[in-house]
Amino acid sequence: MAEIHLNKVHKSYGADEVLHGVDWHIRDGEFVVIVGPSGCGKSTLLRMIAGLEGISQGEISIGERVVNDLEPAERDIAMVFQNYALYPHMSVYNNMAYGLKIKGIAKDEIEKRVNRTAEILEIRDYLKRSPRQLSGGQRQRVAMGRAIVREPSVFLFDEPLSNLDAKLRVQMRLEIKKLQERLGITSVYVTHDQVEAMTLGHRLMVLNGGYVEQLGTPIELYERPATAFVAGFIGSPSMNFLDAKISEDGKKAVFPGGDALDLPGDLAKHANHRVTVGMRPEHLQVDEGKSETTSQTVQVVEHLGADTLVHGTFGSGNSDLIVRLKGIRTIGKGEVLPLAIDPRNIHVFDPDSGKRLDS
Amino acid sequence: MLKRVHFGPSWLPFALVAPQIIITVVFFIWPASQALYQSLLVEDPFGLKTEFVWFDNFIELFGDEHYLGAFQRTIFFSFSVAFLSMTFALTLAAMADRVIKGATTYRTFLIWPYAVAPVVSGALWVFMFDPTLGIFTYTLGALGYEWNHKLNGGEAMFLVIIASAWKQVAYNFLFFLAAMQSIPKSLIEAAAIDGAGPTRRFFSIILPLISPTTFFLMVINVVFAFFETFGIVHAVTAGGPAKATEILVYKVFNDGFIGLDLGGSAAQSVILMLIVISLTVIQFRYVEKRVEY
Repeated sequence: MAEIHLNKVHKSYGADEVLHGVDWHIRDGEFVVIVGPSGCGKSTLLRMIAGLEGISQGEISIGERVVNDLEPAERDIAMVFQNYALYPHMSVYNNMAYGLKIKGIAKDEIEKRVNRTAEILEIRDYLKRSPRQLSGGQRQRVAMGRAIVREPSVFLFDEPLSNLDAKLRVQMRLEIKKLQERLGITSVYVTHDQVEAMTLGHRLMVLNGGYVEQLGTPIELYERPATAFVAGFIGSPSMNFLDAKISEDGKKAVFPGGDALDLPGDLAKHANHRVTVGMRPEHLQVDEGKSETTSQTVQVVEHLGADTLVHGTFGSGNSDLIVRLKGIRTIGKGEVLPLAIDPRNIHVFDPDSGKRLDS
Repeated sequence: MLKRVHFGPSWLPFALVAPQIIITVVFFIWPASQALYQSLLVEDPFGLKTEFVWFDNFIELFGDEHYLGAFQRTIFFSFSVAFLSMTFALTLAAMADRVIKGATTYRTFLIWPYAVAPVVSGALWVFMFDPTLGIFTYTLGALGYEWNHKLNGGEAMFLVIIASAWKQVAYNFLFFLAAMQSIPKSLIEAAAIDGAGPTRRFFSIILPLISPTTFFLMVINVVFAFFETFGIVHAVTAGGPAKATEILVYKVFNDGFIGLDLGGSAAQSVILMLIVISLTVIQFRYVEKRVEY
């Protein structure tokens, strides 16, 4: 059990800086997720916590100890790799026992621990097999077993589910979540999949190009994205972004085609400024006879069963807009849908810095 | 219906493979068959009289303590060469695998000995260990050890082993390095997180995973030591002193061309032929089995 402190952590390769100062305090027993597009530095950050990459600047501590100069083995961590990294020449049992043997734990104690862990992960039947004889999902379990059996104070996961098929991924995701809750061990999980991030993490860090875009709970990130990047990254299909201008009184966003929408607050200090307005597809709903606020000219309709995705153009302009409607709707191409949105669900961003604008 | 490319009868394919076939026939098949035939004959030194004696030459060989001695010596020599050059190459490869800066430079330097012809390699070592001129002899003398491989059979054997192993280190190094670099990095990292230090990682992860390469190299090295060390032995000791370094290939030459016992020499080369065939079979049969990562 341990807390993790990241204190102004930088990473550079030569003159090339890939992480530009990361600060984070991960609480004991917390499950946090580092999420971002590929190349954002998320795996590098995880590997720095693990001790597989050096720390160029700043400080990382696990528990009470600063671990900057400690070997991976001395950090009391366990890691699950994307390709599982199981030792191909050892049986499942020996894969799990390897770390314990090195620690010099007695043979019968090792046996007890491996068997107990295998029980939890339901891999008892495979203990004698070699990794080659296992399926992807089974290998995944063994990799987790190898981490759990060592009873470390921190778990690190490096995109552990990305080599599995979609169905298995959903299943394993749930199992990882349950397991973490049961064991209560501080965990850091890296993924590029925002659904994984949202469902697993108590808190999330969104990284982009080596900068921290936002830290927060999944709900916070969804409801109040700090930047346009986070807003677009979290949620599927992703948020609609439209160019607009703030009206003179700061209460409305005016779009190029002449449409206007009420804003959640008073943005008078940004009056007449260009802004980017963000609206999630699921927050736009068909206006049932109330005062019409805006509309969409329908181009393509996609039926997902539970939802209907309507692609079209926004208002009288020609910007693209996606609307997600509940249930199955019969909507024809070329139809004009009257739409309404709660002003609280409208997000306004600075078009240059991407930062959220609030009243 | 089978879809296949068909070629009409033509002389072209035959012409294309002809050079290779001619070389094989002239330099391998013909001499080999001659040796097979010769091994069943007894000829007098002047070539005046030849007698067909069936397997008498072989029977005589296996009753000959000199031959059996040479056989033992060859086995000792081969395994020493294989062990020494492989251990040394493995150490170098393990170190080169960890080097990041200037890795190609190291590799290039380490490959050079392979380009040296066996005789030249032998000559190099002869000069370094020459009892009167050699730099190593001088150094050993300063340390109180009197080196003279022209008198001491053990020292002579040691010298041919070193000279042969040195030549083979580069080849082994290349294969070991390639094998090590094909091990996924994450396996090594996983072992590091599991608490294994560099030495332990080497013995418990790297070594088992490169075992197919190790086995392959062992066969190759034994074959090298058995058959391709003639030049080195000839240059360094010429089989001496008192036949202390006379290995099988050298004995074939000595008995056949110096001693003019053509039949006996041919029988020896037939035995060598059988050994190399069986080693090749072993290699193809077992080395093709690869470890999956």
